[in-house]
Amino acid sequence: MKIYVPCDSAAISVGADDVASALTLKVSGATIIRNGSRGALWLEPMIEVETAQGRVAYGPVSVDDIESLIAADFTNGGAHALSLGITDEIQWLASQDRITFKRVGVIDPLSIADYEAHGGLVGLRRAISLTSSAVIEEVTESGLRGRGGAGFPAGIKWKTVAGAVSDQKYICANADEGDSGTFADRMLIEGDPFTLIEGMTIAAVAVGATLGYVYLRSEYPYAIKTLQKAIDIAHAFGWLGSSVLGSKHAFELKIRVGAGSYVCGEETAMLESIEGKRGVVRAKPPLPALEGLFGKPTVINNVLTLSSVPAVLADGASAYKALGVARSLGTQVFQLAGNIKRGGIVEKAFGISVDEMVNGYGSGTLSGAPIRSVQIGGPLGAYFSTKQFDTSLDYESMLAAGGMLGHGGIVVFDESVDLAVQARFAMSFCALESCGKCTPCRIGSTRGVETIDLIIQGVKVDENKKLLLDLCEVMTDGSLCAMGGLTPMPVKSAMLNFPEDFAGEVSRR
Amino acid sequence: MKYSPWSKESALVVLATLREEEGPVLMALQALQEEFGYVHSEAIGLVANYFNKSRADVHGVLTFYHDLRTTPPTNNHISICVAEACQAVGSRELEKEVKSKFGDEVHDGYCFGNCALGPCAMVNGAILGRATVEKIEKVRI
Repeated sequence: MKIYVPCDSAAISVGADDVASALTLKVSGATIIRNGSRGALWLEPMIEVETAQGRVAYGPVSVDDIESLIAADFTNGGAHALSLGITDEIQWLASQDRITFKRVGVIDPLSIADYEAHGGLVGLRRAISLTSSAVIEEVTESGLRGRGGAGFPAGIKWKTVAGAVSDQKYICANADEGDSGTFADRMLIEGDPFTLIEGMTIAAVAVGATLGYVYLRSEYPYAIKTLQKAIDIAHAFGWLGSSVLGSKHAFELKIRVGAGSYVCGEETAMLESIEGKRGVVRAKPPLPALEGLFGKPTVINNVLTLSSVPAVLADGASAYKALGVARSLGTQVFQLAGNIKRGGIVEKAFGISVDEMVNGYGSGTLSGAPIRSVQIGGPLGAYFSTKQFDTSLDYESMLAAGGMLGHGGIVVFDESVDLAVQARFAMSFCALESCGKCTPCRIGSTRGVETIDLIIQGVKVDENKKLLLDLCEVMTDGSLCAMGGLTPMPVKSAMLNFPEDFAGEVSRR
Repeated sequence: MKYSPWSKESALVVLATLREEEGPVLMALQALQEEFGYVHSEAIGLVANYFNKSRADVHGVLTFYHDLRTTPPTNNHISICVAEACQAVGSRELEKEVKSKFGDEVHDGYCFGNCALGPCAMVNGAILGRATVEKIEKVRI
């Protein structure tokens, strides 16, 4: 009898480890499998049992529920107040378009047998059988764009690296998922690490790279452990090493752990950090694709971009681009966060509206109070008002609406939020995390905090608002990277969409 | 968490494990902090010599990253996430309360990737969702 208890750190954060130990102790003859999370995080810890009808889910389960679950014969799918029915039939999950996340929560993250039984390694085997240009052509044709936020076409980046002549090329996975409200990279690494490894190996085969680095943040200790184990297993399996699955390709993979710097999620700062230096942003050009890590041609992709590649190779570009809208093809792994009733992972084709996401999947706020604002795309993303809830979630529509999709994180705030305070936070976070290279970012952010403070105190409000907008313009135009360049986005969107919060002291609630 | 007392000899043993790595300075400082709990002032010269870098290079790396510290840690390490998603569910208030209770054990965190179950705290390496003062107290040593 198999019982699944997630090992995802979100599940662990609400007691999954305790539930797993209690089940081991109390249910004799049970095999406890620590799977990833299905992504319905408000139901965690969500346990599943294998029955003749399929896997049956219960959640959220606490240690105190186990006696009554046993009494209800849960191991045979018995009725219980916490029963959620057959997992695959839970509407919240069944209505999603799971491609990148199709195995997350389903399989044992560290079993290659499980991985292969669910379609793993099909993409890599096909890539090995194709020419380099055919692999790159397939990725380009799929329309896959960078999921880290920039949305640059992955195939074009790969082609540049493949065309560069060098004795050494690198593949770097950006797993420095520092944006608040995003956790998809973490959940994929904890729940299905082989998919990332497969995507990186396909990239290596395609561009002729022999060494890869995953830059993984120190705030994700559980993911670091899981990924290291997965790399070791892939080595022993003959997947990584001098001959990838018996082919002529060699590929080694290493983890580099971050050290608590947000700006290191910017690709050139990340390269500096992998090189062991201060995470100071580099000027472009030269493009990292030509002169990247240690000056060598380097593919840098986000975890979700690389993890979408195995499916593109396995099922073909046309299957992938059949989903989505206009130039946003395939799926986005959205993350519902903040003050949200049903938070978690929603992988959907591009083009779903903010309203369907937040009020549909998310069911509104956790507090029960009305939604006042959502911030989309991380700390550098815009604050939207509920008037903009018809906006389609795809790269171009978000830009047109004055925001950005970023890494797909959506943070919900209820009516208690003060947008002037949030704008101040955006500036103070930039002041804290700026690498210091550009003056508008390094100094501008501090001046921004001071100016917003004056507005909040009601000092020369109109003048200071004008000054703040001017400062935002300088930061946008005068910063090298997105840290200084996009910090004005949350500030300006807050001012534009919530002017009442910037009207000075008298108007404050 | 148990750390070894600082000694140059054991530091050199740690550095020897990184000899083959490309760009080892940050890794070296992280490894020394893991061994001794912090980066001792003598480590700057040691790392610089070992990897043929200048002391300025090493000092620059040491002072850039929030994770690295130059004084021994407190017995407990409590990080409260104060980024946006956790702010939306009251992490600012939680942080104030926890700080008033546990003082210098408490640090600002910026996202542990648990943004649907906030406020989130990390206490001595263990992650807590829907964190409260009571939950934090339970995990504290």
